[in-house]
Amino acid sequence: MSDLSQTPAHPTASHSSLLTQSERTKRRNAAEKRFKAYGATAIALGLAMLLVLVTTIVSRGSGAFQQTFITLNVELLESKLDKNGERNIEDIKRVTTFGYAPLVKTAMQTTVEGLGIETSLKAKQMAGLLSKNAVAQLRAYVLENPHQIGETVEFRFLAQSRVDGYLKGRVSRDSIANDKNISAAQLDLVDTLIEAGVVEKTFNLGFILGADASDQRPEAAGIGVSMLGSLFMMLVVLALALPIGVAASIYLEEFAPKNWITDIIEVNISNLAAVPSIVFGILGLAVFINYMHLPTSAPLVGGLVLTLMTLPTIIISTRAALKAVPPSIRDAALGVGASKMQSVFHHVLPLAAPGILTGTIIGLAQALGETAPLLLIGMVGFIASNAPETIAEGLLSPNSAMPAQIYEWAKRADPAFYERAWGGIIILLVFLVTMNTVAVLLRRRFERRW
Amino acid sequence: MNTMTIMDRTLNTNATKITAKDVNVYYGDTHAIKDVNVEIEANTVTAFIGPSGCGKSTFLRCINRMNDTIDVCRVSGDILLDGEDIYDKRVDPVQLRAKVGMVFQKPNPFPKSIYDNVSYGPKIHGLARNKAEMDEIVEKSLRRAAIWNEVKDRLDAPGTGLSGGQQQRLCIARAIATEPEVLLMDEPCSALDPIATAQVEELIDELRGRYSVVIVTHSMQQAARVSQKTAFFHLGNLVEFGSTGQIFTNPEDPRTESYITGRIG
Repeated sequence: MSDLSQTPAHPTASHSSLLTQSERTKRRNAAEKRFKAYGATAIALGLAMLLVLVTTIVSRGSGAFQQTFITLNVELLESKLDKNGERNIEDIKRVTTFGYAPLVKTAMQTTVEGLGIETSLKAKQMAGLLSKNAVAQLRAYVLENPHQIGETVEFRFLAQSRVDGYLKGRVSRDSIANDKNISAAQLDLVDTLIEAGVVEKTFNLGFILGADASDQRPEAAGIGVSMLGSLFMMLVVLALALPIGVAASIYLEEFAPKNWITDIIEVNISNLAAVPSIVFGILGLAVFINYMHLPTSAPLVGGLVLTLMTLPTIIISTRAALKAVPPSIRDAALGVGASKMQSVFHHVLPLAAPGILTGTIIGLAQALGETAPLLLIGMVGFIASNAPETIAEGLLSPNSAMPAQIYEWAKRADPAFYERAWGGIIILLVFLVTMNTVAVLLRRRFERRW
Repeated sequence: MNTMTIMDRTLNTNATKITAKDVNVYYGDTHAIKDVNVEIEANTVTAFIGPSGCGKSTFLRCINRMNDTIDVCRVSGDILLDGEDIYDKRVDPVQLRAKVGMVFQKPNPFPKSIYDNVSYGPKIHGLARNKAEMDEIVEKSLRRAAIWNEVKDRLDAPGTGLSGGQQQRLCIARAIATEPEVLLMDEPCSALDPIATAQVEELIDELRGRYSVVIVTHSMQQAARVSQKTAFFHLGNLVEFGSTGQIFTNPEDPRTESYITGRIG
C-alpha cells in the first residue's frame, strides 16, 4: 500500500504528465526529424550540383570573352592596293585578300625589327602569329576608307588561335611538338612581343557581336549573328504563339461548352506539351519546307516550328491564370449587366495578365534554348558571315540560332572552338536567367489580391 | 429602420413587378426548384428564407438569368418582369441584368478604384455622356448606398482596400448605379459583422422606396426586420408565401412553423 501512495509522483498510463514524451510522440518526432533531414540533404545535393555546373561553365567558357590581339602599324602601300592611283572603289575591290598578305607580312617584320628583337624566323613565319582573319580585316578597312591608302595605320589584329591558346594556357611548348600551325620559335617570339606590349589579351567584343567563322579561324568566331537569328525566331514565336495561345485559352476557358469535344482538345493540348521537340522539327521540315517551300535555314521557319512547340505551354499557363481569377469577379461583372466578352476583357484578362505574361516568357525561354527541331530544318551548320540588314532579310535569309551555334562549335575539332561553345553557353544562360527573372518580377509586381 | 412592429406591416398592395409561374430548375439530374409560383411586388422588400440547399439562391439567380452561366442548369416555366417573359428567346440577358441588379453573398468589388467600381455599369450601358455626368452618377449611387461620406476623399483608392461592410455597400452602389428596377441580394450580410449588417439593413429599407428588393437570408431576424413579404422555401418547394407578419406570427404550414421556431433547418 505504501507503493500505491507514492504513485501520484510518477505519471501512469491513465494520467500522463505533459513534461515527459510518450513513446508514440517520440517516434513521431523522430520520423519528422528524419524527413526534414532527407529534404535538407536533397536541397544540399541540388545546390552542390548547381555549383559544380556553374563553376564548370564559367571556368571553361570565360576564356571566350578574352582574346589575344597583336597591334601592328600597317603601311597601306598604294602600289599594292591601287595601282592606277585613281582611288576607284571598283579597282580597289579587285585586289583580293592575297594582295594584302605582303602588307601584313611587312608590317610584322618591321615591328619585330623596330623593337630590336633577334629571331631566326622568316617574315612569313612571323606573320603566321596573326589570324588568317587579319588580311580580311585589313581589306575591309581599306574598302571603307580608300582615302587612307598610302598612309600608315595602326591595327589590332587577332592572333591565331594557337597563340591565343598559349596566352590562355591551353597551348604549351609540349603540346605543339607535332603541330604544324605553330613552332617553339614562334612561341619565343610571342613571349618577347608580350613583353614589348605588342601582343596582349583583352576583352573580346567580337565574340558577343561577331559572326561565326570557318574551321581555320576559331579566333574570329562570334555568336552575334546567331543571336540575331534567335532574336528573329523569338519575334516570330511571340507574334504568333501569344495571340493564338491566349485566344485559344480564353475561348476554351470562358466560352466553349464543356463537352467531350473540348475534353479531347484539352487532353491533346496537355499531350502536345510533352511531345519531344524533334517531332515538331520533322513536322516543320515536312510542312513548312517540303510542302510550303519556305526557305531552308530561315529564322521564319525556325520560329514557326518553335511556335508550335511553345503554344501548348502558353495555352496551359494562360488557362491556369484564367482559372485563378475568382468566379466572384465574373459574377460581379455579369451582375451589373456586362456581356460575357466584356466581363472577360475588362476584368478577367487584366487580372490574369501577369500569369499569362509569366507563362509566355517561360515558353519563350524554353524555345530560345531549343536545339533539336533546328537540326531538322537546317539551322545548324550554316555559317552566317553577315548580320542581316532588314527585318525581312533577318526572317528569310539563312541563319543559325544560339543553341545550334553552340552545338556546331562543340562538334568542331579545334579546342579553341570548344572554349567558344562554353562561352556561348554562358551567353545563352544569361539570356535565360534574365528572362526568368523578368517573369518572376512581373509576377511580383502585378500580383493582386482579392 | 422600419419602426413598425411585425404585425403592423399590412399588405399595402403594390403593383406586381415579377411573376413566376410553375418555375422548375434542374441542375443536371437534380431537381432544384419544384413548381414555384410567386408574385413579387414593386417597392417591396421580399425575403426568401429556408434551410441551406432549399433552392432560394437558385431561384433568386433565375430572376436575372445568372444561372445561364452554369452549363448544366435548365429552367422551365415562366418568369415575367412587368409582364414580359425574361426567358423569351428575344431577351438578351445583358439587358435584363441592367434592369435587375444583383448583390452577392461575398462582397466582390472589382480590384479597381472605388470610382471605377461604381462607374463600370453606367459606362458599359452608356448612361453618362461625359465625365461630369459620370461623376454625378457615381456620387448619387454612393450616397444612396450610404457610403459617400466614408469614401468621398479617396475615390481613387482600390475598392478592395475597404472594410467588409464598406465593400458590400460599394457593391450595392455599383448595383444601383445602372438604375435597376429590381435589386436581388443573395445573403448580403452573411460576411458582415453586426454593425455593418445594421447599416446594410437600414440601406435596404431606404432602397425599397425606389426599387423592388428581393433578399435571400439565413437570418430569420433579418427577414423579419427588413422585409414586408416573406417566402419560405424547403427542399425546392415554395412552402409558404405571404406578408412577413403573417409568416412569422401565424404560419399556415407546419413546416414553416417548425423552421421559424428552430426545429428544422
